[in-house]
Amino acid sequence: MDERIITIEVNGKQYRLKVPVRENLADFLRHRLHLTGTHTGCEHGVCGSCTILLDSRSVRSCLILAVQCDGRSVRTVESLADAAGKLDPLQDAFSRHHALQCGFCTPGVLMTLVELRENADPSEINEDMIREKLSGNLCRCTGYQGMVDAALETLSRPDKRL
Amino acid sequence: MQHAGKTGHARLEDDRLLRGQGRFVDDLDVPDLLHVVFLRSAYAHARIGKIDKSTAEKIVGVHAVLTLADLKEVLTCERLPAATPASAIHFHVDPCILVKDEACYVGEPIAMVVADTRAIAEDAAALIEIDAEILPAVTEIRAGLSSDSPRTRLDQPDNCVARWTIGYGDCESAFAKAAHKISASFELHKGGAIPMEGRGLLARPDPLDGVLTVWDSTQMPHRVKRVLVTTLGLNENQIRVIAPDVGGGFGPKGPVYAEEVAVSAAALLLQKPLKWIEDRYENFISTNQERDQYWDVEGAFDADGRLLGIRGTLLHDHGACTPSGIQLPQNSTTNLIGPYILPTYKLDVSLCLTNKTPTTSTRGAGRPQGTFVMERLLDRMAAKLGIGRDEIRRRNLIPADALPYVTQVLTRDGLPMTYDSGDYPECQRRALEAAGWHDFLARQKAAREKGRWIGLGLSNYVEGTGRGPFETASLRIGPSGKILVASGAASQGQGTSTMLAHIAAKVLGVRPEVIDVTCGDTHAIAMGLGAYASRQTVTAGNALHAASLEIAQKIKQTAAHLLEVSADDLELRDSFVQVKGVASMKKSFGEIAKTLSGNAGFALPGGMKPGLFAAVDFEPPAITYTNGTHLAEVEVDIRTGHIKITRYVIVHDCGNMINPQIVEGQVLGGVVHGISATLFEWIRHDAQGQPLTVSLADYLLPTAHDVPRIEIHHMESPTPLNPLGVKGAAESGTIGAPAAIVSAIEDALAPLKIEISQLPVTPQRLQKLIRKAQAGGSP
Repeated sequence: MDERIITIEVNGKQYRLKVPVRENLADFLRHRLHLTGTHTGCEHGVCGSCTILLDSRSVRSCLILAVQCDGRSVRTVESLADAAGKLDPLQDAFSRHHALQCGFCTPGVLMTLVELRENADPSEINEDMIREKLSGNLCRCTGYQGMVDAALETLSRPDKRL
Repeated sequence: MQHAGKTGHARLEDDRLLRGQGRFVDDLDVPDLLHVVFLRSAYAHARIGKIDKSTAEKIVGVHAVLTLADLKEVLTCERLPAATPASAIHFHVDPCILVKDEACYVGEPIAMVVADTRAIAEDAAALIEIDAEILPAVTEIRAGLSSDSPRTRLDQPDNCVARWTIGYGDCESAFAKAAHKISASFELHKGGAIPMEGRGLLARPDPLDGVLTVWDSTQMPHRVKRVLVTTLGLNENQIRVIAPDVGGGFGPKGPVYAEEVAVSAAALLLQKPLKWIEDRYENFISTNQERDQYWDVEGAFDADGRLLGIRGTLLHDHGACTPSGIQLPQNSTTNLIGPYILPTYKLDVSLCLTNKTPTTSTRGAGRPQGTFVMERLLDRMAAKLGIGRDEIRRRNLIPADALPYVTQVLTRDGLPMTYDSGDYPECQRRALEAAGWHDFLARQKAAREKGRWIGLGLSNYVEGTGRGPFETASLRIGPSGKILVASGAASQGQGTSTMLAHIAAKVLGVRPEVIDVTCGDTHAIAMGLGAYASRQTVTAGNALHAASLEIAQKIKQTAAHLLEVSADDLELRDSFVQVKGVASMKKSFGEIAKTLSGNAGFALPGGMKPGLFAAVDFEPPAITYTNGTHLAEVEVDIRTGHIKITRYVIVHDCGNMINPQIVEGQVLGGVVHGISATLFEWIRHDAQGQPLTVSLADYLLPTAHDVPRIEIHHMESPTPLNPLGVKGAAESGTIGAPAAIVSAIEDALAPLKIEISQLPVTPQRLQKLIRKAQAGGSP
């Protein structure tokens, strides 16, 4: 089987590994690096459960091959808590707002919102923008309301909240 | 009732899930793990001849290619003993473990490949050659029930797998004396459950202890174990089934499937750990769905719009097997009655086997359809009589003082369907008020003048919850002092562990976080049922409540002997038992447990019985009925047929709430599932039975942008049927949604006099109705 050696940074750690060329990034993260926080809900790029940040942009890791990530940098849900294990404020807000139930879609949702936090002006983040941003992540449990509230509380300025 | 979690207590499940440290079945890894891929029927109906595995077997990395003939060595039977008893069923059709000679739907498993990786197994599966003779397929239920239809299965006499009549009273006389009658036909579709995690399992035989451990994404691990014991011919102590973190269930992970038996059997046969993870395509073709019901009904009313009777027929698509008896259409027929006085009722029900994926419960489980039919009849009669939609309901709702109200139909347990507590008129009144019902006419008029088509709709419903026969819970404290809870309940995201911890914590005077809860593990507790029918707070919650009371009492009695005080003077606080007001006189739970674990040869103090352990099976005496009123406000774009839900208000009554935040989460998720069933979800097939909606790009689910903010108001009418006074909440949100939304759409389009009779209401369908109405004369 065709294989290539790739160099990849994942959550701040450097890896140099041989991977089959047909292996997608989601499988690479889950089954080769054992970072199983990234979930695969559809493997055809719709559900958003496998969303990670690739060079700080959100990407569906089921739609990109690991070899395409050679020389690039990946962040997954496992990177969010700090070194001491303290949850990211967004994670903490998710719990308080009951933004997760089964938790399967949650890692992808969190990474999508981290991208919003890093790229949007807090003074412009409102409910509509959050719902638009989340529209690429499917959740079957929560009806999205808790996620929207957690994101509003964490990412937006007080005057944009409900 | 004092609520737990009102201040936003984190669920016990949250921390690890937020960190990406959940343990879903595909996250589990064991040494020497091999991967399974199923080869499935590509035809809706075909006779299967020779299966040539030789090419597939030659692929490097393939360990085995297995058919039913290969698995027979470790199986006691060829079909899954799945049947739920139902006298109306003429012939049970249990699913095949693997197809023997006749494939009856696209997706039915025929063979399995075991390989080093899933990718290799998929490569090999594509190389298996099957001789298939394509047979005519039954794909539409009206045609399927006609006498000249081809048969879904060659060994069955016809396609009408079950037929019965539900009803009571003299319907004919009711119709004869009716002042007003209406008739209506509905084609109601409900899709699949589509949890974000599909099905899957890891089966590992352990030669050291002879136990087959199966980690399974299931709602009912104890049932899976029972089926495996039967099909594999093993003893109860040779199989352990664990439901690890499960990524959503919503019904279809309740029945046991062929794959669960086939993978377990292959693991035994090969003596290797095997994993199968369903992909999304498989989820769309092989996991049970709900699909189509056709209703033709008439309603009889008196001059004031009071119901005299409903009669008609219901045709239901049962799919290719009968894995769950008749429960789905049965729920539809009983839930039609809802919170209303229905003096007479007669419905002829026919279930048609089709060459499609089997149908079983998805969230709401047939009830939304029954509720939809009743609510649409009420709206149409209100329009005919020129009275308000709220008013016709007020005239028909069961008054609060009539509860408990015994209806004249039986539930599955054979008991009369009895509404135990609630105040339906008050529930509707509060919902109308919260949604601004009485001001809406003015808002609607103003909007119409600006060319905007807005509407407000309502629905009332009940949901039977807390179904028996029992659920188990145990509580144990050992010398470590740790409080260990186990239950046959199983969680797929409902926060079951948190709910149980809150119940025990309150009784034992501790924080919920110190309680260790194990759900969904057949080794943790011998019996159990699991998640179905919005039941676990009612059944497992009350079981644990009783066990906790027993232990609390025993701690106090033991401490009374040790501290030489009266048990009445003791209180439980933070894992200690202490004399009230004298914090220095106390014993830890661990010390009490140590005392009761005994010293060799010495008597236990005060003649106490050994150990701090209690196990309770709670058997609910009857089903307890949650109820609610939904108000939906919509705006319709009459050029495109696009429907936007602009506001959604619910008044919900599930009795006492253990944790309101979790209840609201259940209701919210349920409503969005209902919105989705109304506007988006549609499983489609071509005339040959080929599924056309097999990805999340073809089959639409609602996104954060498609759903409104949902307002939930609570009433709490405790049920007298259990000590906690609780009812279920998991499906209720789904039940009221389709009726409320369609009521709103018809209200928005009232000048066009549009009647919606099909679900889902897609923009294309609605646009067609609008154009037809416009062609017949503009408003």
